[in-house]
Amino acid sequence: MKIGVVTFPGSLDDRDAQRAVRLAGGEPVALWHGDEDLRGVEAVILPGGFSYGDYLRCGAIARFAPVMQSIIDRAGQGLPVLGICNGFQILCESHLLPGALTRNVHLHFRNRDQLLRVENASTEWTGAFEPDAEIVVPVKNGEGCFVAAPGELDRLEGEGRVVVRYAGGNPNGSVRDIAGICNERGNVVGLMPHPEHAVETLTGPSTDGLGFFTSVLTAAVS
Amino acid sequence: MPRVLVDVMLKPEILDPQGSAILGALSRLGFTGVHSIRQGKHFELEVSDPVDEARLRELADTLLANSVIEEFTLRVLPR
Amino acid sequence: MIDSVERAEGTPEQPQPYHELGLKPEEYQRIRDILGRRPTSSELAMYSVMWSEHCSYKSSKVHLRQFSELPHSDALLVGMGENAGVVDIGSGYAVTFKIESHNHPSYVEPYQGAATGIGGIVRDILTMGARPVAVMDPLRFGPADAPDTQRVLPGVVAGIGGYGNCLGLPNIGGEVVFDDGYLGNPLVNALCVGVMRHQDIRLAKASGPGNLVVLFGARTGGDGIGGVSVLASETFAAGGPARRPSVQVGDPFTEKVLIECCLEIFAADLVVGIQDLGGAGLSCATTELSSAGSGGMHVVLDRVPLRDQTLAPEEILMSESQERMCAVVRPSDVDGFMEICARWDVTATVIGEVNDSGRLTIDWRAERIVDVAPRTVAHDGPVYQRPRARPSDLDNLLADDPGRLPRPSTPEELRSLLLRMIASPNLCDKTWVTEQYDRYVQGNTVLAQPEDAGVLRIDEHTGLGVAVATDGNGRFTRLDPYAGAQLALAEAYRNVATTGARPLAVTNCLNFGSPEDPAVMWQFAEAVRGLADGCRTLGLPVTGGNVSFYNQTGAAAINPTPVIGVLGVIADVGRRTPMALGSVPDEVVLLLGETRPDFGGSEWAWSEHHHLGGRPPTVDLERERALAGILIAASEQGLLSAAHDLSDGGLAQVLVECCLRGDVGAHVELTGDPFEALFAESAGRVLVALPRERVPRLADICRAHAVPVTQIGAVQFDPVLTVAGQFDVPLAELRAAFTGTLPALFGTPQHRE
Repeated sequence: MKIGVVTFPGSLDDRDAQRAVRLAGGEPVALWHGDEDLRGVEAVILPGGFSYGDYLRCGAIARFAPVMQSIIDRAGQGLPVLGICNGFQILCESHLLPGALTRNVHLHFRNRDQLLRVENASTEWTGAFEPDAEIVVPVKNGEGCFVAAPGELDRLEGEGRVVVRYAGGNPNGSVRDIAGICNERGNVVGLMPHPEHAVETLTGPSTDGLGFFTSVLTAAVS
Repeated sequence: MPRVLVDVMLKPEILDPQGSAILGALSRLGFTGVHSIRQGKHFELEVSDPVDEARLRELADTLLANSVIEEFTLRVLPR
Repeated sequence: MIDSVERAEGTPEQPQPYHELGLKPEEYQRIRDILGRRPTSSELAMYSVMWSEHCSYKSSKVHLRQFSELPHSDALLVGMGENAGVVDIGSGYAVTFKIESHNHPSYVEPYQGAATGIGGIVRDILTMGARPVAVMDPLRFGPADAPDTQRVLPGVVAGIGGYGNCLGLPNIGGEVVFDDGYLGNPLVNALCVGVMRHQDIRLAKASGPGNLVVLFGARTGGDGIGGVSVLASETFAAGGPARRPSVQVGDPFTEKVLIECCLEIFAADLVVGIQDLGGAGLSCATTELSSAGSGGMHVVLDRVPLRDQTLAPEEILMSESQERMCAVVRPSDVDGFMEICARWDVTATVIGEVNDSGRLTIDWRAERIVDVAPRTVAHDGPVYQRPRARPSDLDNLLADDPGRLPRPSTPEELRSLLLRMIASPNLCDKTWVTEQYDRYVQGNTVLAQPEDAGVLRIDEHTGLGVAVATDGNGRFTRLDPYAGAQLALAEAYRNVATTGARPLAVTNCLNFGSPEDPAVMWQFAEAVRGLADGCRTLGLPVTGGNVSFYNQTGAAAINPTPVIGVLGVIADVGRRTPMALGSVPDEVVLLLGETRPDFGGSEWAWSEHHHLGGRPPTVDLERERALAGILIAASEQGLLSAAHDLSDGGLAQVLVECCLRGDVGAHVELTGDPFEALFAESAGRVLVALPRERVPRLADICRAHAVPVTQIGAVQFDPVLTVAGQFDVPLAELRAAFTGTLPALFGTPQHRE
């Protein structure tokens, strides 16, 4: 299965996401921000980084890249899309996901190994997890504090669209400890933690992150 | 309560990477005719009467602006 | 009016502000002699900035020669003199690494100073043809509770994170040290590591007449004009002309794009030579490129893309605007080069052409403003043999032995000392700093701080990797600069070996006071001699480095602080030795090396008694070599479950760190005086842990290397650190003491657990 990983100017974890796809058994395909062509991929990852320096607002400029127009169209038709960190921010700016990511409450960039609870194990990207599984995945962000209007939050909670939640401490002040959410259909998932950094025991705190990538592969097969 | 508006901008000679990036995005989006963008910060303060403008300037210079690279303008709004 | 060459010839007596530009009368006369006329103002600008201490190494050159006179090393592919040295790590891979200071700018504007420090060292590494793969930051500040440290430290850390994180470079190690002397003179050093294939090594030379000179990256503004001569001199007060920025602002996004753009250009083999624009900007790049290549170059300065249209030609030549590179490109490759730049939205402009005239000529508004032999600017600057004198207070310092200081005498006192020591700013947990850095990006970080060395995987298939560590100890070096430099070298070397890697090469950043002070110059000469002798004994080449002088406030210089970086290679990162205890069953703890009552310059003397005196620990580099042999052999044979080097704070510190890292308790029994056993800082010691049944094999290796080994204890089930016959401390109590200090000083983020 071909999974596209988009490189924007300023993307950083694009090669890491490609490695994670490969280790999960998929075929990573590099997608360029300036190309509308999605090169026949069956899923797309928007990786972490600082697209366009995160100037203006995180993800605000990347959202207008030609590749995003194609992704927005295809996401509406069910294409699985995973936004990690900056990718999550781009998905929010694109209105594929509700809410916004704001400056961490403590105002620092923070990188640490984070305990997470998988609350929705039925999205395209989390099907491989047991419901309520606790996993350890690195977080690293300066603007990862999720916010949304109270009504929107209630709707997300009510529809089971909080996909992952911070456990064992909230690293950035996100409202209701929300670490990741999905759209109504469950094909578009955005999260601040970095599953692509938890795919090898040698380099990560765990291999728990692999589940996100194997999920979409399994979903495609079934 | 009197309101005070403080705008903090990078000094004109200091590079503004954010403004440059926004300018680039605008031209890609087809918004032509914009030649320069500088991004700054805007603060709104509610202060007690009577307004001590000198003290407010000191406040802005001490904290709101980094005088090494930034400058500020300050306006006291009429009530 | 343009001060052209023609005009300079016609107005030989026109007074010139050479003094304001930092040139001595005899230096100015030398320029006139070289040119056979007065320099134009542009030429004067170029000479002044290139002949500054920062660019010309005029005070240090005579001493640094010792590094290039070290025996040949097969591992060295590119030696000193280029932007960074390059080391062969096998399998066709080459690694380049270098450390630089950005001390003064970081004091003036901590965030931007530290950020642009990262930017500069990363471009040095990139220039060699390498992909930058990691950074490390050895940092030194004034007292942790000093008001100015509250300003400087958070800014510096945020700047390093803000820039480095945005470049996608894992930050894998470094140091955070506090000492009175660094108040007003923080040391912000930055190390970068890059990787390439042998055939991809690029050099800074402009060869091939007819080839074109391309300036690419950010536009040129008035940044840091004269920064090299002014900022790197003793005063911060002297600024440039009005309306010129005193501080350079970094744009990490532009740099990130520049990195990817350059790597694509290298991969397509489109450059003949390349140089980054750092200190001295275009002056440096054009003179260095042309003097290293075919010898000549012609530049049309009007073509330089400007951010500020009011800049004078002298200012364009001296501008230190960040994120710029200069490449030499064959005419047939220019279209391809420009295409890649366009793809990355990088501004690129042909500004000149290489020739073999032996002259660097620069035109502005159709007038010749520079006509020099580039070598005279780049390499023939003044060289000084500065006077040296042993500091007059040194005998008193050495005689002031810490043996007179009161020591803990009861187990209870020893226990509370331990808790105070691990909570002291120099020994406490540095997570507050390091969690602001991305250590995961690129997915190849095998070990990162607080481990002994940062370990990176280079080849995903074979597991080939490198380990890098930096160390320095200003107090030891103050007491004995020769030994202090060797102790720093020994510690970095030991740190690399502790992870199981074989040390290969050395870089250094020599932070000192004013070279015009004979006492400082003596310290410098002694430290360089010690480092060179040390490298000879250890069989390591020095690949490059950086000298930072004038780190002083008034007449008071900082403690001399050579910071030494050592790079090692490990054939398979899968066998790296981490520091955490508790990863294997029935784990015992052994101490390699010997403990002596070494307290001169120790952390105990400093943090408990504010005492600096006596002699630093003895350094035995042959012993260090043997110790490294043991650590590498034990790693290769898969014997060790953990290892951690003993340095600041001694055995007590290491036990606490290893237990907390693995979240397990340990039980140890000490022989001799327990205070000395726990807190002495003798060099050449490493704590190792391994399953009990492997101890005989380790003992055999130690015997073969003639290094004493003592079994001192074992991991225990209870979460307690027990020193038999002395005291117990629960891990929770250790952790609270160890981790509480920096958050208490610099702010506890909300929303922690």
